[in-house]
Amino acid sequence: MSAPDDRNRAPNAPDAQQANVAALYQELILDHYRRPRNRGKLESPDVALRKKNPLCGDVIDLQVQFDGDTVRDVRFTGEGCAISQAAASMLTQRLKGKSSADAAQILDRFTRMVHGEEGAADESLGDLRALSGVSRLPVRHPCALLASDALAEALASRR
Amino acid sequence: MMSALSRSDFPLLAASPRLVYLDSAATTQKPRAVLDAIRDFYESDNANPHRGAYALSVRATQRYHDARARVAKFLGVSDTDCLIFTRGTTESLNLVAASWGRANVRAGDEIVVTGAEHHANFVPWQQLAIETGARFRICELTADGAIDLDRLRAMLGSKTKVVAFAHVSNVLGTIAPVREIVELAHGVGAIAVCDGAQAAPHLTVRFDASGVDFFAASGHKMLGPMGIGVLAGRRALLDAMPPFLTGGDMIEFVEDEHSTWNRLPHKFEAGTPNAAGAVGLAAAVGVLERVGMDAVRAHELALVGAAYRRLAAIDGVRIYGPGPEDRSGVLSFNVGDVHPHDLATILDSHHVCIRAGHHCAQPLMRRLGVSATARASFYVYNDDADIDALVNGVMAAREMFSRVGA
Repeated sequence: MSAPDDRNRAPNAPDAQQANVAALYQELILDHYRRPRNRGKLESPDVALRKKNPLCGDVIDLQVQFDGDTVRDVRFTGEGCAISQAAASMLTQRLKGKSSADAAQILDRFTRMVHGEEGAADESLGDLRALSGVSRLPVRHPCALLASDALAEALASRR
Repeated sequence: MMSALSRSDFPLLAASPRLVYLDSAATTQKPRAVLDAIRDFYESDNANPHRGAYALSVRATQRYHDARARVAKFLGVSDTDCLIFTRGTTESLNLVAASWGRANVRAGDEIVVTGAEHHANFVPWQQLAIETGARFRICELTADGAIDLDRLRAMLGSKTKVVAFAHVSNVLGTIAPVREIVELAHGVGAIAVCDGAQAAPHLTVRFDASGVDFFAASGHKMLGPMGIGVLAGRRALLDAMPPFLTGGDMIEFVEDEHSTWNRLPHKFEAGTPNAAGAVGLAAAVGVLERVGMDAVRAHELALVGAAYRRLAAIDGVRIYGPGPEDRSGVLSFNVGDVHPHDLATILDSHHVCIRAGHHCAQPLMRRLGVSATARASFYVYNDDADIDALVNGVMAAREMFSRVGA
């Protein structure tokens, strides 16, 4: 038999991971999950691609329209967790109106932030910094990076 | 209720007093008796079985042989030679699909599986059908995820060669009516192949009496080590089948132009066997026998019943599959619009381990109309405190997500 044990003992203070997870699922992220920006399809996209995460079944369909070298419009559809959906919503918002080079730089910084690189997150990431806590959840890195990888591929296809 | 075995019998659980392990359908924790048996084999009796003419190799051979006898007895296999050690359920089912399948399935034949199958009992048959030109058919489930016997009966006919089904669904916990399925299969001259990965750990299995032609299970889901599993088969079928893998141990004579095969079970055990794994699995079987499979089942029923009632009472929780009295110790569920991966991350931060995703059963997920579920599964070391922690974690996740309205 097991004696009353530690499993339901309320800790004096939430431990570090519990605090990190609580911080990750903050209102900003949940708002983007519940009300994703740029969700939908474009009439005539220059690039359209689908990316999947076979591990968890998440899918993103991404469409990008360029105006010369500028990302004019981005839309996405797909299914996934709060992290993948919020990342897609915030990234598409952040990249709109940026030059291809600036957009690629943001994606690179975002990827490095998710991988936990010290100092990767700067002001160019804006609200995306709310996702920095994902770095301490390695199994969730693919969720955070699904949209980012799709966007990077879309940009690369224009070069 | 108290656990059937103490957490202190499991070194990993003993070392992590806060850990709530609810993913036993994926793999179970290992009791000290199993770890000790593996260590003891390597420390006392390690040599290559069947090879050496020296006493140590004879001891290794004997340990491997004894392990087979013990596991065969546990699964109700009286013809011990018909209990083949494999790497696990996946290899066992691939063995049957490749060896029996290629020898017996022709273009125009039909292979029937159910909509509840794990990929291991789905993809090998799907691929066999593609290779042979046979027709691959999926028997749809009833609304609550059970095998629809009427539909199955209507699907079977003289073209049916195989009916492959999971004894217990790894997603819904549904328990299949084995006897009825076997009767239907045999009634049209087909073989019945049973994926027992989720049955052997939780229910009394009597292979001989069940009538199934092949039964597959994995050691690591029943307190044993990873990398060892079994295939039980009927002697007449196994004898007539060509080998699956070829190489050492499975041969009788190797001529330059051809070879002849060793007798059962060695014909299907090419290469150096996982003797330590078999010894570990035998020790696991010993632990389960000491608890008693009836007690294991009663314990899981009590846990899954309590978890079902408490989760179902939480606003927004949807549980998939049958009621708690008809299922094994598995609960698949969703919590409002909280994605299962987010739920698993939040629960993990509360030290609760559950599975989230498609559970290697994408065809079933499509039939449930979801892309993923959360799954909690129970075993001998779980108790009420684990359910408390699960419920508290689910409430915390719900709370967290309710801060922002839909």
